[in-house]
Amino acid sequence: MNWGSWSAFWHMGGYGLYVWGSYGVTLLCLAGEIWLLGRRRRTLLARLNQMLRLSRQNGNETPT
Amino acid sequence: MKINWFKSASPATFYPLAGRMIPWFSTAAALLCAVGLYVSFFLAPTDATQGEAYRIIFIHVPAAWMSMFIYLVMAFWAGIGLAFNTRLSSMMAQALAPTGAMFTFVALWTGALWGKPTWGTWWVWDARLTSELILLFLYLGYLALTAAIDDTRRADKAGAILALVGAVNVPIIYFSVQWWNTLHQGASVSLTRAPSMARIMLIGMLLMGLAAWMYSIAAALSRVRLIILEREKNTAWVREVLEREA
Repeated sequence: MNWGSWSAFWHMGGYGLYVWGSYGVTLLCLAGEIWLLGRRRRTLLARLNQMLRLSRQNGNETPT
Repeated sequence: MKINWFKSASPATFYPLAGRMIPWFSTAAALLCAVGLYVSFFLAPTDATQGEAYRIIFIHVPAAWMSMFIYLVMAFWAGIGLAFNTRLSSMMAQALAPTGAMFTFVALWTGALWGKPTWGTWWVWDARLTSELILLFLYLGYLALTAAIDDTRRADKAGAILALVGAVNVPIIYFSVQWWNTLHQGASVSLTRAPSMARIMLIGMLLMGLAAWMYSIAAALSRVRLIILEREKNTAWVREVLEREA
């Protein structure tokens, strides 16, 4: 075990800013990519479902 | 089990197949990351010369590996799409680019935060750092170019040429520390000689590297599914998928 306490863990031997700055921004990037993928999927499915509904309303069974 | 590759390469077959693969790769990424972080922070000892600052290595090196590896895979699929006009290959290249760009940014960012305490500077214009920055611009250029062309077939072709020409940069990044005199240290791990680092540190780095690899596959598969839906939205099978999922 390397760390005697939580504060020693966050302090990282004086390099806390650099170490946690690296891990934190990496976490943000990963979370951001996952969030963007989810948002893109939700908006795409909403748009495609709307297209499907409209084509049914118009009685157009073979949309272009 | 015999896999029919021609059948698997059709977007209609690959869409549900990718959907079934994503949970496996995501779970593998999460587990490898958890074990990798435990090894990196609790088992790997303090470095004799760099103190705790060296712990940045556990994301810096995997991110740098993925930034180069994803580029090569992207250029490969783009090239296959260009040569054989296979739709799914070009979509796969498109799906990989944002994840590759993200890892390139992470490699540069963590490199800057590691450079400051160990070299005394956030950035130098040396061969390794500059060629990695060019890699980021290649990813962004590929994304901007393919997004700017409305006709998807032409966008795929133009993107493929850019991706293939840019692939020259990857061996330049990799060998830059040998070819030029740079501030960046040489490779800690190589195929030709024993790694120049403690075994437990190496294990932590490899676990994090595998986690990044599994994450990249999961992210690229999720994105390729969206690209398939966008491009095939007027086909009967997409209508069936929508009706089933609604």
